[in-house]
This record gives sequence, C-alpha cells and structure tokens, in this order.
Amino acid sequence: MTVTQANFTAAMLDPSAAVPKGLQTPSGDIASKRFNVYRNNVAVSLSDALETAFPVIRRLVGDTFFRAMAGVYLRQHPPTSPLMMFYGEDMPAFLAGFEPARSLPYLPDIARIELGLRRAYHAADARPADGQVLGALAPDALMNTRLRIAPAVQTLTSDFPIYSIYRANTAADAPKPVMQAEAVLITRAGFDPDIHLINAAGATCVTALADGQSLGVAIDTAGETLNLAGVLNLLLSQGAVTDIY
Amino acid sequence: MSKASKSLVLASAVATALTGLATTSAAAGDVKCYGVSLAGENDCAAGPGTTCAGTSTIDYQGNAWTLVPEGTCETMDLPAMADGTPREGSLEELDRDLPA
Repeated sequence: MTVTQANFTAAMLDPSAAVPKGLQTPSGDIASKRFNVYRNNVAVSLSDALETAFPVIRRLVGDTFFRAMAGVYLRQHPPTSPLMMFYGEDMPAFLAGFEPARSLPYLPDIARIELGLRRAYHAADARPADGQVLGALAPDALMNTRLRIAPAVQTLTSDFPIYSIYRANTAADAPKPVMQAEAVLITRAGFDPDIHLINAAGATCVTALADGQSLGVAIDTAGETLNLAGVLNLLLSQGAVTDIY
Repeated sequence: MSKASKSLVLASAVATALTGLATTSAAAGDVKCYGVSLAGENDCAAGPGTTCAGTSTIDYQGNAWTLVPEGTCETMDLPAMADGTPREGSLEELDRDLPA
C-alpha cells in the first residue's frame, strides 16, 4: 500500500498524528523516525521563515511566544506557494483572531507593515519622474494632472500608533509611542523600502492618486486634514512618482 | 472652497513640496557598503526564502553589505586583516574575508 499525498500532508502538519500508513524503510519497518525528522524540519523551517519575515512582531511578543504562535500559524496556514519570500500573507488576519495576542490589538497592523515592506522590496523597479515638471504647470492644469505611483508604494491606516511602535522597535533613538491613530506610507527610493508617517487623509490621497484620479479629485477625496505639500514632497523625494500626465 | 481658490491651494502646496525637494535631494543618501558588517548583521529586507538577511557568517565578510551614509563607506576605520594588510570598505563586492 502506498501513502497518499493528502494523508502525508495531514500527518505532516499534526505533530501527534501517527506516521501515515505505507511509509516504510527499505527493511520494511514503519519509517517513524524518518518521518518525524521530516515533520520537524518542515515546522522548524517555516517557523524560521516567519521569524525572518516578522522581526518586529517577534520583538513585541518575545521569542517564546513567537515560536509558539508560529507553530500554530504554520499548521493553520501552510505555504500555498513555493515563493517563501511571500510566506505569512495571512498573519494579520491570524493575529486578529489569535486569543493569546488579544492584549496587543495593534499586532495585526504591525504585521501589515512588515508584509508591506517585504512586498515593496520585491516590487518591480520604477524610474522616478522629475517633480519639477509640476512647478511649471498652471493652477488649473494642476487640478487635472495625474501622478503615476510606483509599484512599491503602499499606504496603511490604523487606529493605533503603528508608525511609532514600528520605529520604537527598529531604531535605537526613536521616541516612545503615544496612543493615537497613525497612517504610514511605504516607499522604496533605492534598494530598500522605508516607512513614513502620514495621516489618514494622506493615505486616502495617495490611494486616490494610485487609482489614477487627478490631483483635484484626490485632494477633494482626502478632505480638510490633508497635508498636501507634505504628502507630495514625500512622494517626489522618495521616487514614488513615476509619471506626471 | 471655490474651484479657483482650490487650484491656488494646490499650486501653493506644489510649490512648497518642490522647495523642500531641492534640499532633500541635495542631502546624500545611504549606499551599500561591502565588507564592513559584523557576522550576522548584514542588512537585507528581502525576507524569508531569500539568501541574504543576516546570513554573513564572518566579521567584515567581503560579499555582505550594510547601508551606510554616502561618503563614509571607504573611509571608515576597520581592524587590519590577520596578515597586517589594512581592511577597507568598498562600494563593490570584495573577495576578501569570504566564508570557507
């Protein structure tokens, strides 16, 4: 009798499951030691991948908690693609429903930042447009102007100070987070992604621009709390604008 | 706000944004500097399944890089090599200090 792939996978993801029937050594014995080594390697390598992927989450919850949580995650969400660089896509939703992490309600949004930074790292390259072109346009023409946004650019909004929490756990001299809603803009000016603090209106504006809306529509959608000069400066200085049309 | 005054607000915001831009781009950016990071501390944001993050296994490994402010890469002080040759950072991959 041979083992089916479904039986093998089910046993591989359940540490207490028996060795699937049909797995045997050359001498005909049940290959329990070999299977256990394999099963353990799968779990350890996926835990390692999650540690690499979510360094700030790991810092926030500690090593022991992280390893235990990774063990639950990897069994509920085994990889669906061989591209390990994107493993962990379901982490925000998983953390939101993970009872032991209930006391840290900002964890899902921090996981979104870490996923976003990774997506930005692997996003297609884009040549930045010359921002000075905007300065030459008349006010009325500006209203109808559109900006093409680089593939690496993403925005995230949160009810929590996600930017401050991320910074406090990645930079030595960052100030202590203060409880407030924050939004972040993820860009990749050169080789490596970076996050910047914006507000919710800034995130709405960038999303509208990325959707192909004109500057006029984007500032209307974003509303009164938009710091337009700040957002435009950030986009242009980070090479996040690839075309002005 | 009327349409005309809104377009003026936009124009002034663009002007402010561009003024700031000149100063930002004048500041030097970070560059990848090879051969200066300590074992396991090389930079990489590529995540799992890639081969670079924190994978350098020896100090000052020649093919591992760290982001440093532009202009400091080739001038930073590093301990000399075992045979007394001075060790310098480089903007390109080095073939010294490679893992066996």
